[in-house]
Amino acid sequence: MSTSSPPSRRTSLPLRARLATTVGGAAGRASRLAGRGDGSVIGGVIGLRLQPDLLSLLARGRQVILVTGTNGKTTTTRLVTAALSPLGQQVASNAFGANMEAGLVSALARAPDATLAVLEVDEKYMPAILTTTSARVVVLLNLSRDQMDRAAEIWMLARRWRAALAAAPDCRVIANADDPLVAWAAGQARQVTWVAAGQRWHDDSWCCPQCGSHLRRDGEDWYCGECSNRRPPVSWVLAGDEVIDPGGKSRSLDLALPGRANRANAVVALAVAEVFGVSAGQAMGAVSQVRSVAGRYTQVERHGCVLRLLLAKNPAGWLEALDILVPPPVPVLLAVNAQIPDGRDTSWLWDVDYRRLRGRPVFVAGERKTDLAVRLEADEVAFRLVASVDEAIEMAHSPSMEVIANYTAFQHIRTVLGRIG
Amino acid sequence: MDSGMGRHEAEPGYGRRGPSAVRLIWVYPDLLSTYGDRGNLLVLDRRAQLRGLGVEIAEVNSDQQVPVDGDIYLLGGGEDLPQILAARRLASGGGLAAAVSRGAVVFAVCAGYQIVGTEFGGAEGEPVPGLGLLDIASGRGDRRGVGEITADVDPELGVERLTGFENHQGVTRRGPGAKPLARVITGIGNGDGTEGAYSGRVLGTYLHGPALVRNPGLADLLLSWVTGPLPQVDPQQDQLVRQLRTERLAARPIPA
Repeated sequence: MSTSSPPSRRTSLPLRARLATTVGGAAGRASRLAGRGDGSVIGGVIGLRLQPDLLSLLARGRQVILVTGTNGKTTTTRLVTAALSPLGQQVASNAFGANMEAGLVSALARAPDATLAVLEVDEKYMPAILTTTSARVVVLLNLSRDQMDRAAEIWMLARRWRAALAAAPDCRVIANADDPLVAWAAGQARQVTWVAAGQRWHDDSWCCPQCGSHLRRDGEDWYCGECSNRRPPVSWVLAGDEVIDPGGKSRSLDLALPGRANRANAVVALAVAEVFGVSAGQAMGAVSQVRSVAGRYTQVERHGCVLRLLLAKNPAGWLEALDILVPPPVPVLLAVNAQIPDGRDTSWLWDVDYRRLRGRPVFVAGERKTDLAVRLEADEVAFRLVASVDEAIEMAHSPSMEVIANYTAFQHIRTVLGRIG
Repeated sequence: MDSGMGRHEAEPGYGRRGPSAVRLIWVYPDLLSTYGDRGNLLVLDRRAQLRGLGVEIAEVNSDQQVPVDGDIYLLGGGEDLPQILAARRLASGGGLAAAVSRGAVVFAVCAGYQIVGTEFGGAEGEPVPGLGLLDIASGRGDRRGVGEITADVDPELGVERLTGFENHQGVTRRGPGAKPLARVITGIGNGDGTEGAYSGRVLGTYLHGPALVRNPGLADLLLSWVTGPLPQVDPQQDQLVRQLRTERLAARPIPA
């Protein structure tokens, strides 16, 4: 903590808020030492109990960037932080994905002197957090079905986003023009930078969010046949492996992170950096070097087999993960749980097309492996059930293996492998 | 769907049915497919093929006419606004009602279940007219029913215990023209201790999404309404599904 540096933001906090962050910080450290996660939630919870408006106090005087959407929040938050690094300023960030109020409080409390904050925020909480933090920038990545047993329905969510952004005229919105629900949600915002970030998953946007008619699609373009709703004109474009900036200059996106979804996230990060005066050329170096994000995309060697870990939490995420698999005959391990953070309902398995896995070794694990097995059987994908990662490694006899897991299954595998990355 | 699995997509409105093919119509997947609803199509397809029956599948979006010559019509779940739009378009198109009057089977899930009734609750709870294909009326309850549901099916139907997942805030009352599909053991269902409803060959349930996956007996019932009595499936082909049923029926219900 920087109590010695004179213009510390921390000393400008009211006494009770300072106490709240100190106690919260201590609890977070204790939680980390006790091996109960990274401690970023418990500290915030305690701080908020002592000072309910702590988030607003901690955000005061900072330029806050909120990153939200169904998929890519954690990675994009990391890429935006990297893209802003040429500014040479300290950046506060909830880099480990604790994206509700307590996680945001901890992130800001840990970096009292940072004037910039890049915060991933849960889709449902974005409107409230936008108001609380008076965010300077809001990033809207995408919106698709995800854990509907605990989250709001997405048309409803898009309405709430739209109302919140219309009521925040000083906020700049960086929005994916290729996702019709996102475009509609940003449609009444005063300042929008539209990014053609692509949309791989179409199954939640066949209909116009404005009037409900079936949307027409023509290549990248989309428009409603009945009302005036259509894809807005874009200023940043992801075109294959390249990004085209608002000046029309193309640049190769040579990322350490794999896949189309991450190239889209990188373009969004460049668009955010531009708001803060960092050019794409300046931002690119740091963005391209991000290799793994909170364990995702990490490669780990285990018993002579190099495992690559991919997290996929919902149908759109599975589609993106299946896209980046290395080709057969490299085996694939799929692991699915249905704990509260995963969603208790496994119905989403039937929204994923697994037929692409035919013709390569597939192993199935996780607490709900029988649900997944029945799903694969219907798609005529051959597989073997395993009790653990180690059993899959033993049966596969392969120098490498791809692993796709949903949230708690992913965390479980990371724990088994020693939380590397 | 591609044609790689021994089926082909039929053009809506054109009867290209082979002599023994079962024609499945997925109604409005652009509006009514919230959570794994495709599973019902895949299960019916698989279980028909296990009996050597040909299958033709048509996915009919809300900007297309619903063909009248299908055998089984599937309606899935949806949010409030898509549900209202779907009801309006299905009513004005008339294809589904015409199909029912000529004896087609309807399997309707969650929002789709409410749509086939006489009315349901809109976004603000206001009554919205349904299609009137099933003598039920739905409204909005006080709390959302979210979690595992089990229910014992009307013995007349000869289907084993249902297991599924429900996620809805609907309360459904039956008129004299509809029978309850099942009696709830755990979960909410219609809200009065019963679950789902049926009348003739129109059957609806609050078991959402891929309800037929864990309930192959229900899938076989729908198919048998089209084809007459079906031969048993090779037990080996049913082994994983039996295992899944055992696991889910043994799972302690968890309030979500």
